[in-house]
Order: sequence, then C-alpha cells, then structure tokens
Amino acid sequence: MKNSIRVLMGACALGALATASSAETITIATVNNGDMIRMQGYTDQFTAKTGIDVEWVTLEENVLRQRVTTDISTKGGAFDIMTIGMYETPIWGANGWLVPLDDLSAEYDVDDILPAMAGGLSHDGTLYAAPFYGESSMIMYRTDLMEKAGLEMPAAPTWEFVREAAAAMTDRDADINGICLRGKAGWGEGGAFITAMSNSFGARWFDMDWNAQFDTDAWANTLNFFVGMMNESGPAGYATNGFNENLSLFQQGKCGMWIDATVAASFVTNPAESTVADSVGFALAPDTGLGKRSNWLWAWALAIPAGTQQEAAAKQFIEWATSKDYIELVAENEGWANVPPGARTSLYENPNYIEVPFAQMTLDSILSADPNNSTVEPSPYVGVQFAAIPEFAGIATEVSQEFSAVYAGQQTVEEALAKAQALTNDAMEAAGYR
Amino acid sequence: MATQHSRSAARLMMAPAVILLLGWMLVPLTMTLYFSFKKYLPLRGGDLGWVGFDNYVRFVTSSAFWPSIYATLIIVGGVLVITVTLGVLLALLLDRPMWGQGIVRILVIAPFFVMPTVSALVWKNMFMDPINGLFAHLWKFFGAEPVQWMSQASLPSIIMIVSWQWLPFATLILLTAIQSLDGEQLEASEMDGAPPLKRFWFIILPHMSRAITVVILIQTIFLLAVFAEIFVTTGGAFGTKTLSYLIFQRVLESQNIGLGSAGGVYAIILANIIAIFLMRIVGKNLDN
Amino acid sequence: MARAVTTRRKAINTALAWAIGLLIFFPILWTILTSFKTEGQAIADPPIFLFFDWTLENYAIVQERSDYMRYLVNSIIIALGSTALGIVIAVPAAWSMAFVPSKRTKDILMWMLSTKMLPAVGVLYPIYLLFIKMGLLDSRMGLVVVLMLINLPIIVWMLYTYFKEIPGEILEAARMDGATLKEEIIYILTPMAVPGIASTLLLNVILAWNEAFWTLNLTAAKAAPLTAFIASYSSPEGLFYAKLSAASTMAIAPILILGWFSQKQLVRGLTFGAVK
Repeated sequence: MKNSIRVLMGACALGALATASSAETITIATVNNGDMIRMQGYTDQFTAKTGIDVEWVTLEENVLRQRVTTDISTKGGAFDIMTIGMYETPIWGANGWLVPLDDLSAEYDVDDILPAMAGGLSHDGTLYAAPFYGESSMIMYRTDLMEKAGLEMPAAPTWEFVREAAAAMTDRDADINGICLRGKAGWGEGGAFITAMSNSFGARWFDMDWNAQFDTDAWANTLNFFVGMMNESGPAGYATNGFNENLSLFQQGKCGMWIDATVAASFVTNPAESTVADSVGFALAPDTGLGKRSNWLWAWALAIPAGTQQEAAAKQFIEWATSKDYIELVAENEGWANVPPGARTSLYENPNYIEVPFAQMTLDSILSADPNNSTVEPSPYVGVQFAAIPEFAGIATEVSQEFSAVYAGQQTVEEALAKAQALTNDAMEAAGYR
Repeated sequence: MATQHSRSAARLMMAPAVILLLGWMLVPLTMTLYFSFKKYLPLRGGDLGWVGFDNYVRFVTSSAFWPSIYATLIIVGGVLVITVTLGVLLALLLDRPMWGQGIVRILVIAPFFVMPTVSALVWKNMFMDPINGLFAHLWKFFGAEPVQWMSQASLPSIIMIVSWQWLPFATLILLTAIQSLDGEQLEASEMDGAPPLKRFWFIILPHMSRAITVVILIQTIFLLAVFAEIFVTTGGAFGTKTLSYLIFQRVLESQNIGLGSAGGVYAIILANIIAIFLMRIVGKNLDN
Repeated sequence: MARAVTTRRKAINTALAWAIGLLIFFPILWTILTSFKTEGQAIADPPIFLFFDWTLENYAIVQERSDYMRYLVNSIIIALGSTALGIVIAVPAAWSMAFVPSKRTKDILMWMLSTKMLPAVGVLYPIYLLFIKMGLLDSRMGLVVVLMLINLPIIVWMLYTYFKEIPGEILEAARMDGATLKEEIIYILTPMAVPGIASTLLLNVILAWNEAFWTLNLTAAKAAPLTAFIASYSSPEGLFYAKLSAASTMAIAPILILGWFSQKQLVRGLTFGAVK
C-alpha cells in the first residue's frame, strides 16, 4: 500500500510541476502555414523586447479548428491567443468570447489595416482579431504554356475563356493538366472554392428566408461546368486535391492554370521551391458576366479569448506580430516577396513591395471581394466563400463531401445537389432557422 | 479456500478498479444522456432547453446515419477478416524452423508500435498519393493507371492501413497459441500420414480457436473506435464516415452537442449489441 | 537425405518469412529513409531507394521548429505514469478475481471491457468541461489519469489471465505458513507473475504512447506529447514528405526501440489467456 501511495504522490507532484509556470508566458495556438512558422522563428526577438515568453501550439488546420473551438466554447482557457479566420471571428465576437481590440496603441495604426480585412474581422464595428495575413484568390498561370497554346490571358477573364485555355494547354502525355482546382472535401478546401465559384454563376447558399438553394439552375450550372472542365483538363484524382496538393502539382510544372489563394503566389514564384518560378503570370479570378467574380476573401488573424489571465501580454504580442515593423523585419531578412501579405494598406503603398510581381494583382483581388454583398441575388449572410453562421462549417463540410463524390465519379451532379439540399435544410431546421 | 474473510478482502481489493471504471463510465454517460435531451448549441449560447427525443429522431433520420453503420461494420469486419486470416498464416510460417527468426519477428511486429496518426499520414502521402506515392510509381512502372486510393478505393484503403497496424497483434497472440501446441500430438498425426491441410483443419485450427476469439474480442473493441485513420485520410468523405466519425462531425464540426450526444447513445447501444454478440461466442470459448 | 530436405525446407521458410517480414516493415523503413532525403529527392520520379545524398537537415529543421525533447519527456511521463498507476490499481483487482472468483467475476470483467467501447468523441465535451472544473486541462496528471482509465480494463484482464494460471495450492501452502495477504501478493504472486506483468506493462506503455485523441484534445503547450508534435507536420504548405518523415521517425523511434529490445517479454506474455 505504501508503494502505491508513493506512486500516487509522485504522479501528483508531476501534475503540480506541470501547472507551475511563469506569469509572463503566453500560449498561442496557430496553424502550420509557412508564414506562421516563420513568425515562430522570430519569437525570440519579441521575447527579447518585452520579456514575455511565448509557448507555441502549432497544429494542422483541421486539428487547430477542432481544438480552439472546443476550448473557447467551454471557456477552457488553454490558450491566450488563438489563430482564427474570417469565419470564426464575427461569430465568436458576437458571443462575447473574444477580447475587443479597440484600444490598440497609436503607433500600431489600426486604420492601416485593409478595410476589407478589418470589416471581415469585426462584429458590429468592433475589431476582434488582427489580421496576420489576408488573401483573396486569383488565377496563377504558366506564361510559357499560354504562349504555346497561342492564347493571351486577359487581366479579367471569363470562365468560358478559362475552360478553352485549359483545354488548349492540356497535354496529358507530357503530364500537363490545363487547370488544377480544389476538389477535396471540407468547407475550407473544395467547399470554399466551389462556393466562391458559384457566386460568379449567380448561385447562393440561402435565399432571404434561409432556404437552401441547391435546387436552382445556378448551382447545377456551377457544378456541371466545374466537373466538365475538370474532366477535360484537370489532373486525375482531383477529388482529393486541396491547396497543398495543387501547390505541389503547380510547382512541379504539372498545371497550366491554378485558381487559388493569393498567398500561393509567393510559393510558386520562389525558385527554391518551384520549377516554374520564372514563368508564372497572374489574373483576376474568372466571372460569367453576371457581375460577381469567383474570388474569395480570407484572413488568418490573431484573437484573444475573453477571460485569459494574460490579456495585456497577449495584446502586446498581437501588436508586435501584425505590425508594420514585423513586415519590415521579415522583408529585411527574407526579402519583400516573403512578408505576410494582404493585411495592411501601407504595404501596398510601399514602393519596394509593389515591385513584387504578384502584389498588385493580390490587392486588386482583395479589393474586388465584398463579404457583405457576395452573391448576384440577395442573400441573408455575410461571407464570400462561406456564410458566417455557426452551422455553416458542419453543413458545408457535408455538402462538399457530396460534391467530392461527384468529382470522383461516384454519383451524378443531380444526386449530389438533391442530397445537399436535403441535408442543408435539415440542419437549418435543427438550428431553428426554419 | 474462499473464506468469508478472504471474500470481503477480495471485494475490497477489487473496489478501486471497479469504482474508478464505474465513475469513468457513469459520469460521461450521465452527462451524455443529459445533453442528448437538450438543444445544446455552444455557438448559439449553449443550453437552449429540453427537446425530448428530437435529437434521437434527427440523428437516425439523417441521410448519413445508415451509411455510417454500414461503414463501421465494413471496416471492423474487413480488418478482422484480414488480420485473423493473415495472422494465422503468418503465425504458422513463423513457427517453422528458419534462420534469423528473431529478426523476422521484430520486422513483423514493428507496425504495432507506430502511432495511428503517423501510420495514416505515411500511408496516405508516401504510398497512396496518386502522383507522388510509391504505389503510383509502381503502377506506372507496370504501365497501369495509378489508383486514386483515397477516392476510388476509400474503404479498402482505410481497411488496409488499419489491418497493417493490427496484423502484428493478431500474429503475436496466434503465434503463442501455436507454440503451445503439443508437439507430440502433431507428430503422431504426421506419422498417421494426415495431409498438412487436414492437420491444419482438425488439429491446429481447433487449438487456435481460443486465441482467435481473443484476437477478435480485443480488436473489435479498438476497431469500433477507429478515428485518426479516417480523420487524416479522407476526413469522412467517399463513404468512410463511421458512426464515431459521424458523432465527431455533429459534435465538433457542426457544434451541436445535443445531436452528437444522441449519436453517442446510439454508439453505446451498437457497441453493446456487438459486445453481447461477442460474449455469446467468446464467453463460451473462454470458459472451457 | 532427410536432413537435406529439412535444410531445403528451412531455406524456403527463411526466404518466405524474410520476404514477408520486410514487406510488412517496408513502410517504416521507407519513412526512415525518406527522412534523410531532401524534399526534392523525397518525391523524385522514379523514387530513389538508397543512392541519394544523405542529409540530416530535416531533423535540424524539425528540432528548430519544435522542441522535440519537451514532447518526448511528456510522452514518457504520461505513458509510464498511466501504466504504473494502472498496475497499482489493477493488481489487487485481478488477484481477487483470479483467486476468489464469484459468480459475477466474468460479468464484471466483461463489463470492464465494455467501458472501452464508449466512443471517445461523444464524451469529449463533458470530459473537457470536467477537466476545466478540476483544473486538469493541459496537465500531465490529467492525461495520466485518463489514459490509466482507458487502459485499465485491458490491464485487469491481462493480469487476471496470468494470475489464473498460478496454481492455487502454492498460495494455500503460503497461507498455512501464516503469510498475510500482502505478503502473499508481494512475495509469491508477483514474482510468479513477473513475465505476465512485464508484458502487461509493455503493452500499456505502447497503447498509452500511441493514444492520439485525448492526448491531443486535452493538452495545449505544457503537457503535449508526441502525438501533438506530429499534428503540426501533417499537410503544411509546400513540400513536406521529408520533414514529415523526420518528425514521424522521431515520434516512433523511442517506442520502436523499446519494443524491439523487449519483444521477447512481449511475445511471451501477450496471450490474454488464449493459451491453455
């Protein structure tokens, strides 16, 4: 018995050890994207400046979402800063779960944040998360292949042109696919792409009474066009391709065009990683002439959960990581092409940065996306590639799984749309909208 | 031998384990039951009142429910069939005299030490990726079109990954069973001129039946909870949404605790049906 | 003549067993090899098996990004702690089940196993709330307790099957000599059950080491073990096979080495009462 008590006490001591920590340590949950990993590398400079220690919890995107959502909805307090997106911020802000960022210092210059980003990260005009980087989506294409096909990419192409160009560039024997797009299930993967694309085809998720709209022609047109084009010119197995898979395909020279996040531009033009770095052109995401383009708007932002013991230190960190100085710091060490883009107006006024080949197109893309007015017909929700309501992530993941099954040839467009319609309405009913 | 004194002492000694497990079962179970009758949406303010059996009805009438039961049974069944069959064959082989038996045994049991997340990541990316995966290279080498494992063969892929992880466990237990087989009995039958297949069927297999039952019982418990392998590979797409994955989707992705909890209760019922079913077969085998 | 046949047979057995063994081991070998390649070589077409420029840069990158030792220490403490705690609680229970069985012993055993069938995701929310209330979130203590509870049924069952094989006469003889219950367990039972206890220990360390749901969801920075370490290397941006392989190798190496060194004990004891 004595032995067992000793073991128990040992275990308790270990527990106590684990909870004892310095008052000036903040814990930050973040996603394992390149820009965030770079930020971790510079943490020492922050600690040297402020004396605040930083503990990083770096997780893959899906795990991160699951982890921080559980923690904030239970008021767990495991993190002092969470990396969240434009989808979560307004919802959590409305619930009072985030510390409002309304008292940032004057030198931080909060008005410098791009209005589109600030708007998407606010609720009722109060900023709840500071953008670390922001993005829209655009076409990245191979100038050499385009030339070979005898075509010229307009600055603002239509889907018809993109489909034709893709077919012309495709050379399956040479392992070149005219176009690479996301087909992977998940609301933030293929779900985001097809939703943004549907906007340009005049589709929307919900009508003004929150009825699902998958039974409309606009959605059928979107999906049929997407599937048709991908079957003609897309890579085999695109049903499981997400951002990362397409990035790697494009870098290996296997795609003629790729429509995806503007942040990818710095990866595909980086000669250290990309075999096609010197022959990449950019254009706005396509449209169909209905007045809306198919580009989205997103920001990865830092937010402070309400109730944290380290609010002041956390704010200090956010001011440091999303500041103009941080951008300068990265530019100095890694070049202007590698600074976190899309967050601040001043970055795009900087003569050094605007020389970067994709800078102007990124800005134009960001400016052409409007979360408050993203669909051709009126819709009751905010968000371009998502609807900022709590139920959306769950619904859209299931819907995108049905779509991916179409891409894999396992069901027809009609079947998928019928299922999407039913499950969306069912979930909205469960949530009390209908 | 069991005096009154030792009986009460025995009860006392069993108490910590029983009480702890009872708590581990009852506390979450009670809370799950409680939530399952509530409309509980953390993102909409939490507890929104009692709703009776709404969550239970909604969970089973969802179009995802029956496919999830199907996927669960296929994965559990598929892995059991593969690991037991291959496990028996492998155990028979490893029991034979050979050079370097110890090293071969090490090679065979290694997958059991690999954490499920790692094995899923490695299989998905480095083997089953249709472009850079080793299988794709292999297929292309033989002039075949690479298989889109995760979309076109999603369930078989997951079964394969999980089987790889559990084959060592089955092999080890079955091997111990074979090794305990009475050598004389076998030799006698060999003398009788019984053909190998007959020997296997009438002597070896009956002897192993107990071990096979144990393998099935233990593996079923773990396989019903398979999660990481699905989360990492398909994320529940392409018909791989098992019951526990569906619950995950309801609780964490949709943030509907009430609905997910009702699903949890169904999962407990399913587990118990399978458990009773297993006990019927296993219990008999374990008693004698 | 007979000898020649045996040798040939042995050779065939050996070749077959080695081929299958290598096939089963290959994914691990490939991961280890890939961890020494550059990212470019990791996806080379055709794949390079051995003749690449061996490099340690992936390990350097991984170590620089995440402090491996901290995760490793957490993994060790959690795996060993939960196993030790589990053994302390399970030995008396298994003893009484094996030597003072009642009509309900079998039922209790089966009930214990059935608690393992609760779907973890279904109870994440309640458990998370409990952990907050008790201040156990992101603590090693909390994980030690949870993993102990998860594996307790397996420990009890394994020990029970070993104890049952010990002949009751020995215990009776000891009792005749005036041994107390405590002495009986410590001096007679435990030594006899050492192989069984050893393999129980090993199996539970492996299970606790590889548990990836609770260890990921109940920790943040302080108590995060290697399962959380791995979660930051799955599908980042850009090429990642080599870095993923390095991180994977680091995560599984300790348990793989432990397993290899102790495989004899594991093999000897891993019967679950399957052998009569």
